[in-house]
Amino acid sequence: MAEYKWPEADKRVHLGKRISRIDGPEKVAGRAKYAYDINRPGMLFGKIVRSPYAHAKITSIDTSAAERIPGVRAVKIIQGPGTEIQWAGDEIVAIAAVDEGAAEDAARAVKIEYERLPHLVNEQDRSSIPDSALIPTAESVVGDPAKAFSEADVTVEGVYGNEVITHCCLESHGQIAEWTDENNVLLHPSTQSVSSVGGQLAQSLRIPAGNVHVKMDHIGGGFGSKFQIDRWGVECANLSKLAGGKPVKLMLERDAELTVAGVRPSIRARVKVGAKKDGTLTAWESETWGTGGQGGFGTLPVPYVWTGIPNQRKNQTTVKTNTGPARAWRAPNHPQVCLITMAALDDLSAELKMDPLDFFIKNIAMTGVRAKVYEEELLKAAEMIEWKKNWHPRGEGGAGPIKRGLGLSIHTWGGGPHASDCDLTIHPDGAVEVKMGTQDLGTGTRTVLRIVAAETLGLPLDAVKVMIGDNRFPVSGSSGGSTTVGGISSSTRRASTDALNQLLAKVAPDLNAQADQLEAVGGRIQVIGDSSRGMTWKQACAKLGTQPLTVRGKQPGQGTLASSGVGGAQMADVSVDIETGVVKVNKFVAVQDCGLVIDEKTAESQVFGAMIMGVCFSLYEERIMDDRTGRVLNPNMEFYKLAGIGDVGEMKVHFMKGPGYDDRGVIGLGEPPTVSPGAALSNAVANAIGVRVGTLPMTPDRVLAALARKGGSNAKI
Amino acid sequence: MSSSGDMPDKPNSGVSRRNFLRGTGLVLSVPLVAGGVNVVTVEGAAVQVYGPDKVQVSLNINGQARSAEVEPRTTLLDTLRNDLDLTGAKRVCDRGTCGACTVLIDDKPVYACSVLAIDAQGRRITTVESLSSNGNLHPVQQAFVDNDAQQCGFCTPGFVMACKAFLDRNPNPTAADIERGLGGNLCRCGTYVGVRAAVAQAAKARPQRGGRRNG
Amino acid sequence: MQKFEYVSPTTKEQAVALLGENWGDVEVLAGGTDLLSLMKDYITTPRRVVNLKGIAALSGVRYSASGLRLGALATFDDVLSNTAVRRNYPAIWAAVEGVTSPQIRAMGTVGGDLCQRPRCWYYRAGYGLLAKDETGHALVPDGDNRYHAILGHNSGAYFVNPSSLAPALIALAAKIGVYGPKGARQVDAAEFFRAPGGDGEREYQLSPNEIVTEVLVPAPGGMKNATYEVRQREALDWPLASASVALKLTGRNVGAARIALGHVAPVPWRAGAAESALVGKAVTEQTAAAAAEAALADAKPLSRNAYKVQLARVAVKRAILAAAG
Repeated sequence: MAEYKWPEADKRVHLGKRISRIDGPEKVAGRAKYAYDINRPGMLFGKIVRSPYAHAKITSIDTSAAERIPGVRAVKIIQGPGTEIQWAGDEIVAIAAVDEGAAEDAARAVKIEYERLPHLVNEQDRSSIPDSALIPTAESVVGDPAKAFSEADVTVEGVYGNEVITHCCLESHGQIAEWTDENNVLLHPSTQSVSSVGGQLAQSLRIPAGNVHVKMDHIGGGFGSKFQIDRWGVECANLSKLAGGKPVKLMLERDAELTVAGVRPSIRARVKVGAKKDGTLTAWESETWGTGGQGGFGTLPVPYVWTGIPNQRKNQTTVKTNTGPARAWRAPNHPQVCLITMAALDDLSAELKMDPLDFFIKNIAMTGVRAKVYEEELLKAAEMIEWKKNWHPRGEGGAGPIKRGLGLSIHTWGGGPHASDCDLTIHPDGAVEVKMGTQDLGTGTRTVLRIVAAETLGLPLDAVKVMIGDNRFPVSGSSGGSTTVGGISSSTRRASTDALNQLLAKVAPDLNAQADQLEAVGGRIQVIGDSSRGMTWKQACAKLGTQPLTVRGKQPGQGTLASSGVGGAQMADVSVDIETGVVKVNKFVAVQDCGLVIDEKTAESQVFGAMIMGVCFSLYEERIMDDRTGRVLNPNMEFYKLAGIGDVGEMKVHFMKGPGYDDRGVIGLGEPPTVSPGAALSNAVANAIGVRVGTLPMTPDRVLAALARKGGSNAKI
Repeated sequence: MSSSGDMPDKPNSGVSRRNFLRGTGLVLSVPLVAGGVNVVTVEGAAVQVYGPDKVQVSLNINGQARSAEVEPRTTLLDTLRNDLDLTGAKRVCDRGTCGACTVLIDDKPVYACSVLAIDAQGRRITTVESLSSNGNLHPVQQAFVDNDAQQCGFCTPGFVMACKAFLDRNPNPTAADIERGLGGNLCRCGTYVGVRAAVAQAAKARPQRGGRRNG
Repeated sequence: MQKFEYVSPTTKEQAVALLGENWGDVEVLAGGTDLLSLMKDYITTPRRVVNLKGIAALSGVRYSASGLRLGALATFDDVLSNTAVRRNYPAIWAAVEGVTSPQIRAMGTVGGDLCQRPRCWYYRAGYGLLAKDETGHALVPDGDNRYHAILGHNSGAYFVNPSSLAPALIALAAKIGVYGPKGARQVDAAEFFRAPGGDGEREYQLSPNEIVTEVLVPAPGGMKNATYEVRQREALDWPLASASVALKLTGRNVGAARIALGHVAPVPWRAGAAESALVGKAVTEQTAAAAAEAALADAKPLSRNAYKVQLARVAVKRAILAAAG
């Protein structure tokens, strides 16, 4: 009888293999339907009129001209006169019309008057920020930092930072909402939370939570920005109601997507670190600030990973700005604090004239419980990038204008399983279905469900039908925090195990055996190790009679199938043209621990994707705010720059697997490899050109400015 | 249904171009016509003037004659997606930058967001929907699946079309060719490693290099 | 996008008759890669759009003993796939290849490249060519001008000319063919562009009812030429600075030089001082660098774009060295 544990390595049929994602064919064929693609009969198109001002009070709204535009079916004021607007792009009026052209014409016909108020949209220059916009947190001290710095042989101080970036989901936020009768809503959202978003909408609409039916087959990117129904979701349903229940499609335009649909907070930091001349790290002091719009972003975990530095002093300030609100962004806060920590330590190792790899390993015990993992990963990554052969002391990047350098970083993440229910049904004809109210963000969730069920039931992959993306399926958690794979694989393993055990009990008498003497392998039920005493899966299922067997599996539940806490190491090899400041990635390697890997192919894609996103925010992307107008200057994909296929260099991924890793069970992977790229690339650039480019993204202007600070490497061309 | 950024344009501008037009009136030797399809005489020849209201456009899409009632301001992308339910091409940047809307016109990759539907008449339009039939994927599509050249998949149909067009013209590409030849498509999930491998695989899968065209 | 009527004439005479006498009433459509975005953002709101693609006479790339003719409707692909262009006019070829999107190369036209509007983000947000807010305050000088002009902005226009081809055409002494109600005329590429004095003006020397019909590039006559663009990304990206150079060489010695910079000024920027600095000298790393210094000697960077002076210098130096081979 199967137990609640993962099979041993030599028994795994599908688990851990390289399996192509099961929804791949429909995606490449253009058949996969995202919310944006849903066309419903009689569907109207929604548009939102937004504030042009970053801080203003609405004094009047006149929608009469908009209402007269032919084809307009609903006009709704979202925020009325008297409301104080806190960021440009905030929603004021919603409109639905029979086609997009009419909706757009109507949106432009709305007349809104404002009383403008002073705004603050940038926080780069700390000295120019009024006190009223600063929210400090209490100073935190460990040990005796003053004494430690006075006794340090080597001290370095640096300023580091990363600009605000957006999620820039390719499928913008939005949904289609329709009232199927006067009490029920059908919602096609683009969401990371199929099971909860309907309840959120129902609450806003004051209808019972069960009256919102949510359906979503595919989502075009979320990265932490799509957990909520959002105001535009509620207003979409309101427009539908005003229009007699007709379906309304309301998807954010790209400029709104980049202005109001979520950002990752910036970070700025002054960091001082000290060490003994033998390289022993002794002291940390940091003052950090940043902005995520009007809200805060929690206490930053600094020093990152190196929590065991014996003496620390930490200050943090949140700057309130009149900018679009922050949302969770893939590993919230971690990439920023990783940058400021690993960059400061890299600068310290350079000052000590130590190879940072040696410096990191010498002090690795200060990273705590995962020290051994980090050390193994660093050594593996060093092998992959030929660190010892290619590394040179800082600034000795070669003759000529193109300088080459290496950099490294380590990171951690939790990734424990979220709560998840799974229904597994075995039909008398042998068909198997997995049903779950989860979502596949492109991480491979469907594929994982199929692998786990097929593995457990001893079936080929295509014998399992996976049904997700519907809030009438068993409840499963939001896809955030890298919690999905652990949660959904655990509940599916339990459901599959219980279902199999019930089936084995049914067929045991026919095989003259006890249920716990049976196994499911190769599409058969048989006595363990004896293929002569068995029957086909179909024959076994026929014993169910006329009723299918459905079993609910849960996470949390018995047995440990998933856990939490991973480490990773990344190393980058870059070239910098010191005449132009243009940085190119030559090679970028990642070594990652994520417990038991269920599908190596899609897992690898997660890591590649995280590294590429890292290249984007390290070299190219930043939200640019205009001080005077208070608006985003680059709410488009032309100047909100992402890396292209020729911009990311050669990439390699290695998973830490086998004893000590697999036996921890499944751990989430989506976020951790996104944490280190900024630090690894920043350190590589510093190694190449001999000076720190303090702020990401490392654009030519910033690289040349750093070189000029160093003493004019770029003074001559 | 034409699209627009839904961020407002210049706030409180005293003289927007729109007002300017209204205020001064037009100075045109051939006056504007109102709605539908009209014929005017220009330089002695009859010229048809379409719109500004909805007119019928006839499009050759995937070898089939299709038609839609759209305003001249409507893009090919929006016509495909909203009027013909061909939603493989995606609307992402809607400003000719990201490539998610890529379709082929006369075998060349174009940004469908930057083509007017009315202007695409008389040309061969190929969308991602035509590449596979009866569940058989085009070699480029199969290579995307095999190499996991997709995550969320929203950029994928556009990327597939760009790769197909690229391979039709570069049947035997080097790694550098692939990096340089697909600069018109952006992915947010970061699938480029898979895409590079997929293009290399699809190139190898071609039975005759430089000759026959797939799909 | 505002509604408009659409017309697709088949002769340039018809096209010109369909245009208006004021800018903005009627827009000309070729590749559409810029016009559709401008209309979507309400930067231009024409009442009529005149599609030129039905006019066969405006197409084609032809090379002969007398030089190169690029039809206004020739696409970037047409230019790139012409072996004579690659062989004789590497400055043009490299400028076109720098547009790294195959889609833009398939759609974008020669005429469209010359007449596209600036990418200045204040202009694209609706603040006008001269980028002023409702109080008349100029937004660029104390705003975010990282991508703006470092030369030639005395008139109050701070955007940079976005044309890929223009610097190369100026370096190669090309002429631009124009057709209007008074018939055909030719303009030196170097004279075609202008810094507008107001929002109602355009950045090129056309009347509202004129169209670009062709570009005529003289036979290379032994002029070695090259373009170098400083671009941050391989993916479709605007150059941060570019330079095109044409040199008459005897051995390494420069007999004549024409040098033009892109993305540094409201117009493609002819660098006469750099030309003078180079003529009579042998091309070396040092003389190229000295010419680059001369090209940027008058640069007046704004608050955030001093780095572009350096990038422009590098572009000039590298273009000279590339041209000399």
